[in-house]
Amino acid sequence: MAENNGYSLWYEFKKGLWQDIPPFRLVLGTCPTLAVTNSVVNGFAMGMATLFVLLGSNIIISAIRKYVAPQVRIAAYVVIIALLVTVADMFLAAFFPPVSKALGPYVPLIVVNCIILGRAEAYAQKNPVVPSIADALGIGIGFTLSLMTMGFIREILGFGSLFNIKILPPSLFEPWIVMILPAGAFLVFGTLIAIVNYISSRKSAASDKA
Amino acid sequence: MKLIMIFISASLINNFVLTYFLGICPFVGVSNKTENALNMGLATTFVMTLTAAVTWPIYTYILVRFNVPFLEFVAFIIAIAALVQLVEMYIRKSSPALYRALGIYLPLITTNCAVLGLALFMVLRDYNYIESIVFGFATGVGFTLAILMMSGIREELEFADIPKPFQGISITLIVAGMMALAFMGFAGLIRG
Repeated sequence: MAENNGYSLWYEFKKGLWQDIPPFRLVLGTCPTLAVTNSVVNGFAMGMATLFVLLGSNIIISAIRKYVAPQVRIAAYVVIIALLVTVADMFLAAFFPPVSKALGPYVPLIVVNCIILGRAEAYAQKNPVVPSIADALGIGIGFTLSLMTMGFIREILGFGSLFNIKILPPSLFEPWIVMILPAGAFLVFGTLIAIVNYISSRKSAASDKA
Repeated sequence: MKLIMIFISASLINNFVLTYFLGICPFVGVSNKTENALNMGLATTFVMTLTAAVTWPIYTYILVRFNVPFLEFVAFIIAIAALVQLVEMYIRKSSPALYRALGIYLPLITTNCAVLGLALFMVLRDYNYIESIVFGFATGVGFTLAILMMSGIREELEFADIPKPFQGISITLIVAGMMALAFMGFAGLIRG
């Protein structure tokens, strides 16, 4: 039983990393994915803020799941999420002012990030607290990694730098300005989805053959 | 004059979808048919205008007055959800035909981040009441424009031979990127 439990917790965690990786597979939470990923650091900060809110909302919602009437559940969830986002926003503003400034109104917009309400609906309201934590960690980390990947590509091509440190000398590499612009975000995101599609179609084709 | 500037800026130059990435979910989800896209755009424009009209007094006369502006996210999201619900109930009673056309799109608007984003930008930029309403309406117009254009392109794309991994959302986003590039051309409108 314990072993079985451990396996399923690991599964709940793992599924967020590839199988259900939020922006590329579920295509949820696209706004922050596109908006704040002009550098790796911003992507990481946004991912962490989202992870915090997701973890908090999954814990609270799964803890109160038996006491909330189904008719008012969405409203209740939204209020819980909005309060958690307020906490995250104030925390960032107090301890990391430059990050908070760079992310701007996109931190408050975590409230309407469909990933969070989506996990509350699809997972936390039906499952106990511990698996909900595993689910939140998996999805949150998958989301953070996705944002960092986007940030990595856009920062290195758009600024020729990484983690705000110039690594490509301007004499050798002309930065692609378009990558920092909104258009670049769409292009990178679209291409990454195509790559994820390609890899998973190859994978499923391979497993079909085997 | 300032009102015209706000209108042009919010609908074309700083189009919410193409420069702030707000409202991407409906932009990708509901843009496969022109008719649906138009209905979604109109419903969103309507809710956005009302949102601006409602959240501005809430912020100015309640949150600021009682010195609790940090509750803005909670207050705004509740206001928007309640507003969408009221609009839905009103339309169902007053115009069943319109309700059938907009029906399923209305609840989706609550989770459209462009609506909450609108309220947040409005506060951030210190608009007065009239300016806020114009801003809300213009943002809706910009959203409608973007989603309508996208749906037109997607209807053509159905007949295009797209490599398999790029089909669906992927190509939609790449097209959106090109649209964003095209919309950058509007940036000269105001400075000139």
